[in-house]
Amino acid sequence: MDVISLNISLYNMARINIENYETEGFFDETFESDKTVKPHYKYFADRLQKMGIKRLNLLQHSTDRVQMSLGMTFNVYSDNQGIERILHLDIIPRIVTGKDWDYLEKGLKQRIYAMNLFLDDIYNDQKILKDKVIPKELILSSSTYLKQCIGFKPPKGVWVHITGTDIIRGGDGGYYVLEDNLRCPSGVSYMLENREILKRTFPEIFEKLAVRPVANYTHSLRDMLESLSPVSPASIAVLTPGIYNSAYFEHAYLAQQMGAELVEGRDLVVKDDIVYKITTKGLKRVDVIYRRVDDDFIDPEVFRSDSLLGTPGLFRAYLKGNVVLVNAPGTGVADDKAVYAYVPDIIKYYLGEEMILPNVQTYICNRPDDQKFVIENIADLVVKQTDASGGYGMLIGPKSTKAEQEEFVQKIKKNPRNYIAQPTINLSRVPTLTEDGTIEGRHVDLRPYVLYGNEIKVTPGALTRVALKKGSLVVNSSQGGGSKDTWVVDNI
Amino acid sequence: MLSRVADAMYWMNRYMERAENYARFMDVSFNLSLELPPDVSEQWQPLVVTTGDWELYQVMNKTISKQKVIYFLGFDPKNPNSIYNCIINARENARSIRPEITKELWAQINYLYYFVKDGLAKKIWTKRDPRMYFDEIKKGCQLFWGIIDATISRTEGWHFGRIGKLLERADKTSRILDVKYHILLPSPQDIGSALDIIQWAALLKSVSAYDMYRKLFGKLTPSGIANFLILDKEFPRSMLLCLEHTALSLKMISGKNSGYSNLAEKEVGILTSQLEYADINDIIKTGMHEYLDNFQIKLNNVSSAIADSFFSIENSITKM
Repeated sequence: MDVISLNISLYNMARINIENYETEGFFDETFESDKTVKPHYKYFADRLQKMGIKRLNLLQHSTDRVQMSLGMTFNVYSDNQGIERILHLDIIPRIVTGKDWDYLEKGLKQRIYAMNLFLDDIYNDQKILKDKVIPKELILSSSTYLKQCIGFKPPKGVWVHITGTDIIRGGDGGYYVLEDNLRCPSGVSYMLENREILKRTFPEIFEKLAVRPVANYTHSLRDMLESLSPVSPASIAVLTPGIYNSAYFEHAYLAQQMGAELVEGRDLVVKDDIVYKITTKGLKRVDVIYRRVDDDFIDPEVFRSDSLLGTPGLFRAYLKGNVVLVNAPGTGVADDKAVYAYVPDIIKYYLGEEMILPNVQTYICNRPDDQKFVIENIADLVVKQTDASGGYGMLIGPKSTKAEQEEFVQKIKKNPRNYIAQPTINLSRVPTLTEDGTIEGRHVDLRPYVLYGNEIKVTPGALTRVALKKGSLVVNSSQGGGSKDTWVVDNI
Repeated sequence: MLSRVADAMYWMNRYMERAENYARFMDVSFNLSLELPPDVSEQWQPLVVTTGDWELYQVMNKTISKQKVIYFLGFDPKNPNSIYNCIINARENARSIRPEITKELWAQINYLYYFVKDGLAKKIWTKRDPRMYFDEIKKGCQLFWGIIDATISRTEGWHFGRIGKLLERADKTSRILDVKYHILLPSPQDIGSALDIIQWAALLKSVSAYDMYRKLFGKLTPSGIANFLILDKEFPRSMLLCLEHTALSLKMISGKNSGYSNLAEKEVGILTSQLEYADINDIIKTGMHEYLDNFQIKLNNVSSAIADSFFSIENSITKM
């Protein structure tokens, strides 16, 4: 099923009519408001014009087929087992200039460095709480603050080794961090596979544009994981909840690309606080586990006793330093949406610097003034549950009914600690192929991936998630979102 | 290798082999049904008996018909061994060990997965001639074996996969011989009749043995055919050859050349040597059915011994 082998000459070369494209007042990554093409999209737009809309649609169609044959599928939680969907890949890329990227990279490094210092502090000296920079109860009351981790020092003092920060671009063209995703961020396999697919879709364009490569990611990931263990060579495993997990494709993909063992909880056993995998030739020791199982489920002896996904004794082995878990258990507390509002203070406290990459303005419903403002302006705001993710448990004010708004007002009053609100941001848009084969603007976000072992490394590329439904601002794959390849391009 | 991975490799191969066998059985039976004189009833029941799911069939169906059997063996999601379920299960096993297999192999099994899903949706069993469909399954499976041989390293996983394939193959060859041999043993007036020859040829074709048998032995005789399918030393689907290669793979896994180092090797070794020294005339004299029945019981013991030796947790812990 080779994309390029299709006979495309059969199709008419109808030119793409950008006259019909409307930016509709949104910030568009490709077009100025007067419809002139931005410099960094110029070469791509020219090629697209020459190619014609029919060929573009044909290439899109083959991409869908390639994704199916590669089994790039995910299960949606609400679906029955066995129902798989592909994450739609729109072949028109999101292009970011090298200059913008360098700024994002600087901002991300600063942020992740500070968040690690923060985690190490709140599980050890708690200086930031004693100095009242962050209210003590906000941290200690969080369900994601793991008391079992108090006093623990992970290797190299790093808690968050793998991050997939959600960044958006607002109507002003500025970049903002929307969520930190410090637990088990997913999607990096799509960044890598999307690139492989697009290289086959537009080989002539890649030849011309110096797109920064992303393929190094899995090598860096392996190096990072190995660097955390005193054993050399370290035995590395990727721990997956199994084939019904929505991100299973990624777990298998990463294990394969890194040459690591893909294990489920039942493949591991802990004896004398040492973790082993169960093999055809007896037990073999495991040194580093990149676990894609949430904190609550990793060890039924310590956390949820009904978990079948974890391994009894795993946490004990971890605290003894006999195995490294990546990311470290307990990072969820820094990922809490209420803590997010304090990130500018966290950066200032530990680094004495101003935040480079700004937050979206956030109202914390636990603060009486903020709560009042949120309730009065709920129709204009996005309300989010502090411990939810994946686009669940949120209200988008301008797109909601009166009844839905009232429901959230009641929820906020009942449990203010659980909610924050942010202004509705009109995410930037990128031209996207629609179902009826035309090109229209669709809203996107940006998820770059950052690794932290000996040093912080930002891969020059990202998963761009795109809300495929016309007018929709929700980019989550579980809610009708698709993806785009993200090109960082220099010297345009 | 992880015990779970070895287990999944074994079952992925075993299910694929089963799917291929069923597809061939159906194709041959369909062909045969076209050649039978009007007064001879079609033999769809023995086909179901061959698969070992006759009881389940009776629970789910009141009558026997070509279409019902084709649905039951080819498509029925409620029959755990239908071709449909074999492919679904093989793919599920493949998915659970995705990092252990190659992209090409994964793409091929995925192709078959979408093919059988599509076949069910299109109700292929209601079509007048579903042979194209089964032929595509058979070819899809054969391509799968080709990709395994061309892209998978001969490490443990490959050997566990081969064992799964061979044990399934030995089982199916013995079953079809068991069921057909008695039905086909001719009454004196039928010997050498056209119908008689067509049916023995069909038996050989259903295990892809016709061409090789013809080339080597020429004349179709019941004892010659039984000898070929049970005891031939070169034919890839004979019961003996399947067992010999299983024994070889087990030796490659354990790394020991002489004797046996686990229960699985012991069981396979005993069963193989019993076949090596068997004589087809003795088998016929003591009773073909008794012989094959006994063989199937021993083959099941081999499967259990392999699971106990390699796939279970308890065993692994004692090996520490």
